[in-house]
Amino acid sequence: MRIPCPYCGLRDSHEFTYLGDATVKRPDPAAPNALDTFSDYVYLRDNPAGAHRDLWYHASGCRSWVVLERDTRNHAIGGATLAREVTP
Amino acid sequence: MSRLPSGGRIDRSQPLSFSFDGKAYKGFAGDTLASALLANGVRLVGRSFKYHRARGIFSAGSEEPNALVELRTGARREPNTRATTVELFDGLSAQSQNRWPSLDFDVMSVNGLLSPFLGAGFYYKTFMWPAAFWEKLYEPIIRRAAGLGRAAEGTDPDSYEKAYAFCDVLVIGGGAAGLTAALSAARSGARVIIADEDFALGGRLLSEQHPIDGAPATSFVAKVEAELASLPNVRIMSRTTVFGVYDSGDYGALEKVSDHLAVPAPFQPRQRMWKINAKQAVLASGAFDRPIVFGGNDRPGVMSAQALRTYAVRYGVAPGNSAVLFANNDYAWSAALDAAEAGVRLTTIVDVRTEVAPALTARAKALGTRVILGGEVVATSGKVLTSVIVRSGGREETISTEVLAISGGTTPNLHLTSHFGSKPLYNKELAAFLPNTPPPGMAVAGAAGGHFSLAATLRTGAELGAAAATAAGFNATPVAAQAEETPSGISAFWQVKGARGKAFVDFQNDVTNKDVTVAHREGYRSVELLKRYTTLGMATDQGKNSNMAGLAIMAELTGQGIGETGTTLFRPPYTPVALGAIAGHHRGKDFRPTRPTPSHAWAKERGAMFVEAGQWLRAQYFPKPGEKDWLETVIREVKATRASVGMIDVSTFGKIDLKGPDAGAFLDRVYINMFSTLAVGKARYGVMLREDGIVMDDGTTSRLSPEHYVMTTTTANAAKVYQHLEFCLQVLWPELDVQLASITEQWAQISISGPKSREVLAKVVDAPIDVSNEALPYMGVAQGTVMGGVKTRIFRLSFAGELGYEIAVPARHGEKLVRALMAAGEPFNITPYGTEALAVMRVEKGHVSGSELNGHTSARDLGLGKMASTKKDFLGRVLSGRPAFLEEDRPILAGFRPVDKTKRIRAGAHFMAIGAEPVLENDEGYMTAAIFSPTVDSWIGLGLIKRGTERWGEKVRAYDPVRGEDIEVEICDPAFVDPKGERLRV
Amino acid sequence: MRYSALSLFANALMGQKGWKPAWRDAAPKPAYDVIIVGGGGHGLATAYYLAKEHGIRNVAVLEKGWIGSGNAGRNTTIIRSNYLLPGNEPFYEWSMKLWEGLEQDVNYNSMVSQRGVLNLCHSDAQRDAYARRANAMRINGADSELLDQDGVRAMYPHLLDFDNARFPIKGGLLQKRGGTARHDAVVWGYARAADKLGVDIVQNCEVNGFIRDASGAVVGVETTRGPIRAGKVGLAVAGSTSRLTCKLDMRLPIESHVLQAFVSEGLKPLIDGVITFGAGHFYVSQSDKGGLVFGGDIDGYNSYAQRGNLPVVEDVAESAMALMPSIGRVRMLRSWGGIMDMSMDGTPIIDKTHIPGFYLNTGWCYGGFKATPASGWCFAWTIAKDVAHARNALMRLDRFRTGHIIDEKGVGPQPNLH
Repeated sequence: MRIPCPYCGLRDSHEFTYLGDATVKRPDPAAPNALDTFSDYVYLRDNPAGAHRDLWYHASGCRSWVVLERDTRNHAIGGATLAREVTP
Repeated sequence: MSRLPSGGRIDRSQPLSFSFDGKAYKGFAGDTLASALLANGVRLVGRSFKYHRARGIFSAGSEEPNALVELRTGARREPNTRATTVELFDGLSAQSQNRWPSLDFDVMSVNGLLSPFLGAGFYYKTFMWPAAFWEKLYEPIIRRAAGLGRAAEGTDPDSYEKAYAFCDVLVIGGGAAGLTAALSAARSGARVIIADEDFALGGRLLSEQHPIDGAPATSFVAKVEAELASLPNVRIMSRTTVFGVYDSGDYGALEKVSDHLAVPAPFQPRQRMWKINAKQAVLASGAFDRPIVFGGNDRPGVMSAQALRTYAVRYGVAPGNSAVLFANNDYAWSAALDAAEAGVRLTTIVDVRTEVAPALTARAKALGTRVILGGEVVATSGKVLTSVIVRSGGREETISTEVLAISGGTTPNLHLTSHFGSKPLYNKELAAFLPNTPPPGMAVAGAAGGHFSLAATLRTGAELGAAAATAAGFNATPVAAQAEETPSGISAFWQVKGARGKAFVDFQNDVTNKDVTVAHREGYRSVELLKRYTTLGMATDQGKNSNMAGLAIMAELTGQGIGETGTTLFRPPYTPVALGAIAGHHRGKDFRPTRPTPSHAWAKERGAMFVEAGQWLRAQYFPKPGEKDWLETVIREVKATRASVGMIDVSTFGKIDLKGPDAGAFLDRVYINMFSTLAVGKARYGVMLREDGIVMDDGTTSRLSPEHYVMTTTTANAAKVYQHLEFCLQVLWPELDVQLASITEQWAQISISGPKSREVLAKVVDAPIDVSNEALPYMGVAQGTVMGGVKTRIFRLSFAGELGYEIAVPARHGEKLVRALMAAGEPFNITPYGTEALAVMRVEKGHVSGSELNGHTSARDLGLGKMASTKKDFLGRVLSGRPAFLEEDRPILAGFRPVDKTKRIRAGAHFMAIGAEPVLENDEGYMTAAIFSPTVDSWIGLGLIKRGTERWGEKVRAYDPVRGEDIEVEICDPAFVDPKGERLRV
Repeated sequence: MRYSALSLFANALMGQKGWKPAWRDAAPKPAYDVIIVGGGGHGLATAYYLAKEHGIRNVAVLEKGWIGSGNAGRNTTIIRSNYLLPGNEPFYEWSMKLWEGLEQDVNYNSMVSQRGVLNLCHSDAQRDAYARRANAMRINGADSELLDQDGVRAMYPHLLDFDNARFPIKGGLLQKRGGTARHDAVVWGYARAADKLGVDIVQNCEVNGFIRDASGAVVGVETTRGPIRAGKVGLAVAGSTSRLTCKLDMRLPIESHVLQAFVSEGLKPLIDGVITFGAGHFYVSQSDKGGLVFGGDIDGYNSYAQRGNLPVVEDVAESAMALMPSIGRVRMLRSWGGIMDMSMDGTPIIDKTHIPGFYLNTGWCYGGFKATPASGWCFAWTIAKDVAHARNALMRLDRFRTGHIIDEKGVGPQPNLH
């Protein structure tokens, strides 16, 4: 599998490490229900069969965290964005 | 001898010697082992898996199910090697396999007589009583009898390589379609790779006799190959099998670099695995003949019609003194007639059809071959074939023959098209499965795509080759190559009804048509259940030969069509691939990289013993002559350190540089304690959590300037922590202005500890560094130079729990620093120590390490809960407030000492109340680490035990049944040495 | 017909014509007491134990394809109970005990073969961790032995690399009762036995929704063969769990990942038991047919594709060669991929849910095969009694919220590390 790193270009996936779903957002730790929202954030996933936004880290490259659009049914890759440029 | 007097693409001027089962034979350059065996009249080559039936050579390609041999000997022995793909070399040695005592007389062939009991799934219905007999009696017999060849004896002496290649168009297969595809793409300027598993390009053109553009096919091959070889944008890879299709246009390929030689040439690998990335691919892998199911269809001498032609035309071999063809299609006629024209005595053609193209019958007539239409072969006889019984018009007759060529039709070689899970589609007209949706970027040309005639093969190759180059951004047009259309009739036919003797569907696994019937009767009717219940299609050919007939018979039984019945999926690899090739050079010491520390050479010189710490190799201890074991050495090292001064290389700790206006705020979020308040020139111990509240890592972080910190991590977690910090900065808090750099490799770091360490340090620092307790107090940081101008950072801290310093210098000066410290420390008997002594001193001091930071412990569990700041949020804070984290009964860190001081306690023992029964309910925790402490003068340990801190003084059992021990221990303060930390501050 | 040497003999004499289908190809009835979604090992075992242990026989197992077509037919067939944590070890040891009586219980030879599972260690820290685990196994009534290097050498004197290894073998954790079973035969054995007790096994019947009553309780399923009502619905569909629970608006602590596995060409006996490498991801055994069956780590990214990529294949082969340098010329015959429900702590979930009538069995990561008997047994108990048995009491769905996580490896809430 080859991943289009926005910084380095098309690179083999073995240069990257995978984290998981890029759509979960860290909740407000000060909120009164933080225990629940953090449990959901850390543990619960949509886990779709289809379009998925993945977080990959270009460990053997530019060390960017990359958000990859990928179909989990066939590994077809849409696009990639630097994680820091993804608007929350 | 069965070598024809002339013809064949072999080099008769180059005779080669080889042996099979110890007997010497001769062949020629250009032969395969199979063609050379046939040329020598060797027709019995192997034994089948279950019934140990005598088997010969069925095919002339990589789909061969029968002729498997052990090639070479000893540590180079290659079991299950298809004789049909082995390029003959001088001195080749091969043995038959799966037989005892000999190929000719195999005792296990008695299984054939027992076949009524050994049908599909027999083993699922018996061998159940008594239960213990399975492992002891039944299974050992089955295991010994099963299996095919024997693996090599000893370490593989050959080497393997991996390589990458990139191209615009990958052409898989160098036959008619592959050649026109490659040429069409190449002429446009596209980067083309053409790969073929054979040692020569040409595929079917090496065996067929049809002219192309009015000239012999072989001159067409030579012309195209010459042009391709002349183009700088083309790479021709023969002896290279594309075995798998992967995501994003990645293809796995195996190049047999040296398999055609007795041993690889110096510095050459045996095989090379290629990872080819291609924008587009044209699959031109051809097709092969499939067998017909009838009684005795497995006898040596029965071979595919295409194979007969290949042996005759390409290798100049008549596989027997006479041949009969049994078929249902025109291509088989062409093949057999070509073979006859090359010199094979083709006596009879039996076809199930009642009408056949006149062009073919005329050719047969011209050759004097008898034609029986509407006929079937119902039985065969001879250990190796001597005759066949043919039934036609209600009459049976016996025909003597040594070869029976068979063809039940042409099966496209579409293996690679289903690697992404696409199920082939049945085409009734062609009586064949055709590719459905190949992987993205792949087009299928020629016979692999169901375009069987030579004319269609050449045309589709050219068209798809040009289309592929165009899709890759080039302006390509198909090349022209003309051949006459040939008859292409076929009438679907799978098995002869009422045949006598065993009628095989899967040759290698001995699956018969009766087995398919039994599977149907017992409800294993899905093709996948059929496969799994009978083992049909699970042989080394992955069912290339057997699947079609098997599922056709099942379709007939269920009354569904073949298309509805469907077929099983081919999975990578296309043909079996040696594990050594996939591993490449990653074996032995090179399995994973070795990271030596900056002081490695010096430590080696000192006679250090080394230990693996992840990829690092660290000094474990430094034995001195006369010391009887490691323990004696380690005790000396610890005592010397605590009494005077010791030294250890700690460069393996992860080191991370953090710069930016928000660095302090960032550290406050990732550590449980405060770092924004840390004074410049000071270090602080920190603990960081995972978001789930469990401790991730610990270490010290120092502030070098208001916006510049340097962090240390544990050796094991260096990469993980760095990745985590980048995650926090880039994903969680991109608004923070902090830059990170890993500086683990850039800085060597040497630790000296012990009461004399200040005096040693003083000798290596340059002015104006002041190492006095006032100028450089505990947890102080100094910057400057050492050894007359080498940049340094000095941190006053010690994992060993003594007055100590960690001195960092650029990595290239690490060894020099070690030698300088040794020289400076000589008056104080400075003692180098390794990871063992360090482990002893950290347990004595009660410092946590990897065995306590094990991914199960919270800061509170480790007695570090009080470090957590209540004035701020930090990563992991919220979830460490979950109920389970606050339970009173959670195991907490404590120290342990044996009540009987002479006893040795061990890590991994579980704690229980004295007298308690050793059951789960009474399990209170376990010992994480245990060492012999010279300072305490007994074995001591750290462990996690329920309510650990409240129970100091209580005695419990350290229960260790797996090592036969059960020792009474006292729970105590984990800090065995200097609990108040006074030694650190002197 | 009962399977025995006698029935085999009788059928041999009558040309194998006396055999009957091992299970009925049932058409779905309009309603059942219990519907188990998923005709894999776990689902079929659940149905069997519902009928056998709890007398609940009006049960259907609904399978979208053919039985055993998911992970039950795509694993490396290893059985063992060498777990560490209290939430796991009693469960897996119960599974091992059920394996030991399985064939006689269901009258089907599943080739349960206790030839030993050997986990190699390559460092003192690893050995200490194995000691802790070995003791935990003993405390839970399982067998375990800690071997030193000589002990390992005695088992495999010629095969393993003791001389040139990058990570020398220091010893190992041996469970002699561990071993392998013939995965397909486990499925067929449970199917046949459940069928005999009246369970309907319905193949080619894909569930694509749930029927709920006014209170929200699940009272049936929508299928490609029409709606089917049920008193209770249990889900045992590894690899498809999230695809179904999303129809109930349930988000789960799992991710789907692809795990590849491999088999070599058939060889004469080379490896007696199961060996796992401790310095890389690699485990291997040899089937009765002679093929080496081996695997490694998951590919590591969310996937439903049932196929993987080369980096993992290479990693597996590298570990194989590092461990057994004589197998370089042995060939990989076939690879395949299965979809794993990787849970957030590496431990499965067998529990009822907040939705009445809906029960969940998921999160087996790549350890589901060995759990088949106990998973079915415990899931059946949980469904029948509406409460977990002690053996699966900690495999709760709410443990992530309470913090009672069961994380054998200690790698935290990242599924691809478990």
